[in-house]
Amino acid sequence: MRYAETGFNLEIDLSRGSIEREATDQKTTELYLGGLGTNARLLWDRVPPEVQPFDPENLLIFGTGLLTGTPAPGANRTIISTISPQTGLMAYSMMGGFFAPELKYAGYDKIIFRGKSPSLVYIWINNDKMEIRDASHLRGKGAIETAELIKKELKEPNAQVASIGLAGENRVFTASIEQGRSSSSRLGVGAVMGDKRIKAVVVRGTKDINLARPAEFFGLCNDVLKYIQFRNQNPVPGVMTILQGLGSPQEMLHVDEKWHTENFSWGNARTRRKEFWNKEIEDRWKSVQEQARTRLVSCYNCPMKCGAIISLPGISTYMMKCFSKLTYTMAAMVDDLDFGFRIAQRATEYGVDGFSTPQIMAFAFELKEAGILTDKDFEGCPTDNEGKFYWLLDKIVRREGIGDILADGVYAAARKIGKGAEAFDHNTIKKHEQLPLKLGMLNPVYFLMYATGEKVNITQIEGQFPQAPFPTMEEREAFVKDWIQVPHEKFKKYLLDWEVRGDHSNPTYPTAEISADIVDWQEKMHYIDDALGVCAGLSSFPLKPPYHIHNYPSFISSGAGIDMDETKLTQIYNRNRNLIRAINVRRGLRRADEKPPEDHWRKRFPELEQNLLDNYYRFKGWTNDGIPTKKTLQDLDMGTVAEDLEQRGITKNG
Amino acid sequence: MAKVKKIIKTIKIDVDKCNGCRACEVVCSAFHANPKYSSNNPARSRIRMVRDPLRDVYLPVYAGEYTKAECAGRDKYVLDGKEYTECDFCRASCPSRDFFKEPDSGLPIKCDMCEDNEPGEKPLCVQWCLNNALTYEEREEEVEEEEKPGDVETGLESMINKYGLEKIKDTIERLGHK
Repeated sequence: MRYAETGFNLEIDLSRGSIEREATDQKTTELYLGGLGTNARLLWDRVPPEVQPFDPENLLIFGTGLLTGTPAPGANRTIISTISPQTGLMAYSMMGGFFAPELKYAGYDKIIFRGKSPSLVYIWINNDKMEIRDASHLRGKGAIETAELIKKELKEPNAQVASIGLAGENRVFTASIEQGRSSSSRLGVGAVMGDKRIKAVVVRGTKDINLARPAEFFGLCNDVLKYIQFRNQNPVPGVMTILQGLGSPQEMLHVDEKWHTENFSWGNARTRRKEFWNKEIEDRWKSVQEQARTRLVSCYNCPMKCGAIISLPGISTYMMKCFSKLTYTMAAMVDDLDFGFRIAQRATEYGVDGFSTPQIMAFAFELKEAGILTDKDFEGCPTDNEGKFYWLLDKIVRREGIGDILADGVYAAARKIGKGAEAFDHNTIKKHEQLPLKLGMLNPVYFLMYATGEKVNITQIEGQFPQAPFPTMEEREAFVKDWIQVPHEKFKKYLLDWEVRGDHSNPTYPTAEISADIVDWQEKMHYIDDALGVCAGLSSFPLKPPYHIHNYPSFISSGAGIDMDETKLTQIYNRNRNLIRAINVRRGLRRADEKPPEDHWRKRFPELEQNLLDNYYRFKGWTNDGIPTKKTLQDLDMGTVAEDLEQRGITKNG
Repeated sequence: MAKVKKIIKTIKIDVDKCNGCRACEVVCSAFHANPKYSSNNPARSRIRMVRDPLRDVYLPVYAGEYTKAECAGRDKYVLDGKEYTECDFCRASCPSRDFFKEPDSGLPIKCDMCEDNEPGEKPLCVQWCLNNALTYEEREEEVEEEEKPGDVETGLESMINKYGLEKIKDTIERLGHK
C-alpha cells in the first residue's frame, strides 16, 4: 500500500480526448518526494527545450504535495508546473485552497495534461469516473462565475473547481488559474491552460488517504497545532506587524498600511510617497476594508485566516488574499482603497496575476506620458486614474489594440514597442515583473535571492532569516533564544553578529560565504514545502514557523513510510533544486540573466555582487556560469541529467 | 420514579467564528478510522461543513439519526439575510444527500462525541478548531430515572415482534424440556 500519496496519476491527452490512470513508481517519490519535485522530473523527462510554451507537447501539470490531504495542518497546496510563456523557463505556480486535497481523495496525485483540445472543454473527475465535457457555453465567463455554473450544472456543490477567465482563454501571459479562495497566478500558467482549451478542472473525491504510522504522525500534527497557538499568542517583537505572525502576510486582517504605502513604490514602481499615510486616509481605509470584508477565511485544514470574502454593493462577491488590495491601488496612483477592492473583483473574474498586471498597466501609462505610446493607442480611454485602469485591463484581457502587446508583459511589450520603451522596463528579472520595491543599501542575502531564484519572485524564496538586523544586542539575543528552527547553531551567530552600521553591516556582512549559507537554508525550506504541498505560510515564509528541518523528516517517515532524516531530506532538496536549475539551464538560463533590477537598491557594488554570485555558484556546485557540474548532478543520482547537458554541449567535461 | 443526574455533552457552534477550513472533518474521519488515525477522508466525517463561501454560508453540522425517507416538504430560513434550507441544519443521515454515510457501503454514521477518547478529553473536532467556532460544554441535568430493559428483554422483544408471542412462548417451553 502507498501511504500519504495515492500512487496514481491521471494522464489526459487533450488532442486525442483520452484519459488514462497510470500507477507511479514509489522510487520516484523517494528521490523527489512529490509536488514540485516530481513535477520537475516529468518536465525534464518529457518536455525537451525545443518545445515552446504553446506547443501541444508542453505539459500542464496539476500536482499535489506528498503530505497534501493528510491531517498535517496546512498541507493543501496545488503545484502547477509547465513552461512559462513569459520567461520561457519552468513555471511553478502554486495555490492553496481546497483543490489538491480533493484530487487526492479522488485517488490521484497529479493530473498531467498534454496536447490541445480542438474546442473549449472542462474536465470532470469524480473518483473513478472521468469525463472531458464541452465548455462552449462557458466561453468568456468569469473564473468564479464558471466555477459556480459548473457546480450547479453537475449538481455537485462540494466539487472543487480550478478555472480560467477571459485572460486565460486569450492566452494573456499574466493569466492565472483561479480557485475561489486561492489562485495560481505567477508566470502565465493560466495562459497555457487556455492554450490547451481547458476552461476548468473539476474534482470530487471520497476515498481515503492512508498513513504509515498513524499515532506518531498524529502526535506531530498536534505539536504543530500547539506551536501555531503559541506563535499566535507570541508575535515576534521588533519586526513590522505583518512579519510578526504566521501565515501569509495578514493583509485581510490588518488595516494599517503605513508601511506598504510609504515604503513600496507607486505607479510603475517609481514613486515613494513618504507622507502618504495620515489620519484621514487611515480612517477611510479602515472603514472601507471593514465594510468590504464579510469574513476571514482559510484554506483546507489550516487555522490561519489569510483570505477574506469581499462583498461590495454593486459587484459580485469574491475572495481575496495577501497583497492584491494594494497592487492595483498603488499602481494606479489612486488614494482610495475602495478602488483596490473593486478592480480586484473584475481582475479575479478575468483571471489575471494581481502582481504583474497592475505593473504592466502603470508601465503603459508611463509610456503614454513619455510620448512613446500615443493618444491613438488609448482611443476611448478615460482620463481619471480609476477609469484608465479599468479601460486598460479590459483591453489587455481581450488582447485588443495596445492591450494585445501589453498582454505579453512589460519585458516583451517594451521590446515590441521600442522607441526607448526598454528604459521603462526597469523592474523585471528574467522577463518577469517584480515587487514594486526600491531600497537604499544593498542587502547581500536579498541580492542572491533576487538574482538566482528559479521561481523569479522574491516572496517565494525569502523567509526564516530576518530581513534586517536588530539594532541592539538584547533584541538579537532575545530572538535567537527560542530559535529552534535553525538547521545549525551557526545561523544564530550570523544574526547576533549582524549590525545596522559598521564592519558587520550590509553590504559586506553577511559575507559572501555566510550569505550563500543563509540563502541555501531559506531555499531549502521552500523547496521542501513545495514538494510536500505544505503552505509556506506555516513553514518557509514566516519567522519561527511550526514546520522546520527538524520535524519534517518525522512527518515524512511516519506519514509516507519513507525512511527519512535531515541529511536525506537535504539531499532531496539539493536534487530538486538542481533539477529545476538543469531544466532552466537547458532552456538557456545563464549567469547573465541573474541580476536584480538596476535601481532595486540605490547603492550598488558591482564587484561585491559578482563575488556574491561566484560564491553562491561554488556553494551549489555549479560552474561560474550557473550550470550544475557533472559531479554535482552525479552525486545527486542524476547522472542522466548530466549526460543530457553534456550531449547538448552545455557542459564540457564536467 | 427517582430523579438522577445526567451529563449532557454539548458542542456549541459559533458560525461567525468559523473560518471554513474543514479541520473538523479531517480529524473526525481520522479519529474514527480503524486503526485510529490510520486514514482520513472527509466523506466519512461525522461533522460536515455546509459551505458556500460566496453566500458566506459556513455551517458545521453533526451527524444524527438515520432516517429511511426524506421529508416531504422542506422549508427555507432566512437568517441575517442569508438563505438556508431546512436540510442545512438537519443532522439526519438521509437519502436526500450524501452526508453522514460511509462512501463505499452507504451505511449511516453518527456523531458519538468521540466516546472512545480518554475520559475528560474534548471531542477531536473541538480540539482541532483553533478558531473556537466549536467549543465543548458538559452540563448536568436532572432527569427522571428510566427503567432500562435488560439485554434479554430487548432481545426477546424483537423476537416477539418478528415471530409473534405465541411462537416464542412455544419455543421457550420446548427448549425448557430439553
